[in-house]
Amino acid sequence: MENLVEIKDVSFAYEVRPVLKGINMVVPRGKVVSIMGLSGCGKTTLLRLIGGSLKPTRGEVRVAGRATHELNQEELYAMRRKMGMLFQFGALFTDMSTFDNVAFQMREHTDLPESMIRDLTLMKLDAVGLRGAQHLMPSELSGGMARRVALARAVALDPMLIMYDEPFAGLDPISLSVIGDLIRHLNDALGATSIVVTHDVQESLKIVDYVYFMSEGVVVTHGTSEDIRNSKAPFVHQFVWGEMDGPVPFHYSGAGIAQELGLGSSHA
Amino acid sequence: MLDRLAAPLRRLGRQCINAVWRLGYASRFFLFVLMRSGTSFRRFQLVIKEIYFAGVLSLIIIIVSGLFVGMVLGLQGYETLQKYGSAEAVGTLVALSLTRELGPVVAALLFASRAGSAMTAEIGLMKATEQISAMEMMAVDPIARVVGPRFWGGLISMPLLAAMFSAVGVFGGYLIAVVLIGVDEGAFWSQMQNAVDYRDDILNGVIKSVVFGVAVTAIALFEGYDAPPTAEGVSRATTRTVVTSSLAILGLDFVLTALMFRGA
Amino acid sequence: MERTVLDLWVGVFVAAGIAALLILALKVGNASATFNVGDTYRVSAEFDNIGGLKPRAPVKSAGVVVGRVDQIQFDNERFRARVMMNIDKRYQFPRDSSLSILTSGLLGEQYLGLEAGGDTENIKDGESFKLTQSAVVLEKLIGQFLFNKAAEGGDTKK
Repeated sequence: MENLVEIKDVSFAYEVRPVLKGINMVVPRGKVVSIMGLSGCGKTTLLRLIGGSLKPTRGEVRVAGRATHELNQEELYAMRRKMGMLFQFGALFTDMSTFDNVAFQMREHTDLPESMIRDLTLMKLDAVGLRGAQHLMPSELSGGMARRVALARAVALDPMLIMYDEPFAGLDPISLSVIGDLIRHLNDALGATSIVVTHDVQESLKIVDYVYFMSEGVVVTHGTSEDIRNSKAPFVHQFVWGEMDGPVPFHYSGAGIAQELGLGSSHA
Repeated sequence: MLDRLAAPLRRLGRQCINAVWRLGYASRFFLFVLMRSGTSFRRFQLVIKEIYFAGVLSLIIIIVSGLFVGMVLGLQGYETLQKYGSAEAVGTLVALSLTRELGPVVAALLFASRAGSAMTAEIGLMKATEQISAMEMMAVDPIARVVGPRFWGGLISMPLLAAMFSAVGVFGGYLIAVVLIGVDEGAFWSQMQNAVDYRDDILNGVIKSVVFGVAVTAIALFEGYDAPPTAEGVSRATTRTVVTSSLAILGLDFVLTALMFRGA
Repeated sequence: MERTVLDLWVGVFVAAGIAALLILALKVGNASATFNVGDTYRVSAEFDNIGGLKPRAPVKSAGVVVGRVDQIQFDNERFRARVMMNIDKRYQFPRDSSLSILTSGLLGEQYLGLEAGGDTENIKDGESFKLTQSAVVLEKLIGQFLFNKAAEGGDTKK
């Protein structure tokens, strides 16, 4: 099977703080792949590397066979036209209506007549069930609706790769499963490939084909949803079942409480 | 001990380096905005929208302030000039003060706090809510699409606003001096026309307001684009826009005045 | 916001701005009273003292503005001031016309007063008026007045 995205031995550091330490990952065409891990483990950074807005300090990211850090501005923009991205909180343009948000890329990148843009936009909005909300401004939408509009916008140009940055964050249970369903169905209907960055295990395990687990800048384990559920690795087990203490400690590392409270100082 | 003494010096040095770094970054940003202005002219509709936000929405404050400033000038000018028996010269005083200085400067100060701060806050918020990143990911250059039209919209609005400020101000002076106090109307206008030169005074005033327009919009857009993507960062950037552009307006005003009216 | 409504407002705004500029130039300023460059001819005159005369000061004949001062230079050979002025082509003056520097009102600005002479030939572009009268310098007048007073009193204390 051909891989759309290949990440080879990628390291990345903000200034001097290392975020990614030698990541290897492949995303096969047509699949929905999830990247899971704790907050702040470098998942979003990884998406930015794939999108080409960051360059790896070491290693390379290949999208459709081309290394992103070797592209110039024009080629990068050409590549991004085939990508869609759903940002953490939607990132809808607040000065435009729902309709204009979804139509934005068509107006920017194509010379389609306005009537055709209208039809295409309404189709995309219909796909997420929000054709009726086309005249609303982003501030008038609920969180779940905004996320769905952003999803319609991300797939507006029928991209080959769709990236989701925390699509489930801060949603009520109904919106949650609606978005989950949409991710799966849009991917299959468009023949696209999806990367879902999330820490919502239960929801994403229902829809994805393959899972990468990240912790502190390295891939700790990977496998199909089934593999992950049955994994005996202590970290994965703690993560999937949401246990309070385990390899990831409840306490932020520091001096022992006894020492901090001045108990047993006679031993010192 | 030596370390304690060196610390403030080191901090000063770091601040200086930071300031120079920011200046360089701002200049590069400004250059980018100019280089990528093609979009603004190909799709002038975008600029028109920004003229609406920067210019049309600033109209009320500009007109009301202009009227009051003109009226105050009329009153004060009359009080002083009548002591020397030349109350008719109040028209000259009002017109010269407005076209040369107060029109461009006060309009620019108002523009900075009304439109400039709004630009900074808007772009800062767009950055904080990842709208700028989203645009980049959609292969749309945010400098060409978001910053460029705002720059040109502000640049076009500023001289028009300054001209309206001056015109309304002269009318305010007229209201006070002629209608209220009763200075001779003919003398009011003719003395004004004799003293105000359309090149030395009015054109130079327009040039000033164009320069202020460039300064204010460039500062506002840069601060917005450079703002840390947090609520605190955006609010600080907005404050900085008003402070920096006010200082820039007054400083530039001195330089321009020195260049324009030297010896004339 | 409807696009057309927005256009309308911006149109109103731009029109008002341009109108304000025109009002400033025509009603407040002197653009209406200034002639085009092509319609003038240039003459010069020399003065012992120009007082506070400035470039762009009006040249008036019988109280009517007929031209404007263009340039003021110092002639280092004759130690006199040389004033260049542009006169409207519509107005022609005899060669022996005289120029004097006058003040409008007690504290007003200074201008050039042009008094027509009797010569049959008119002055041409590039020529100069010979008859000039310098500006009245207030300090000199006062000095003279005080000196005369002192002389009258016979009090010869220097």
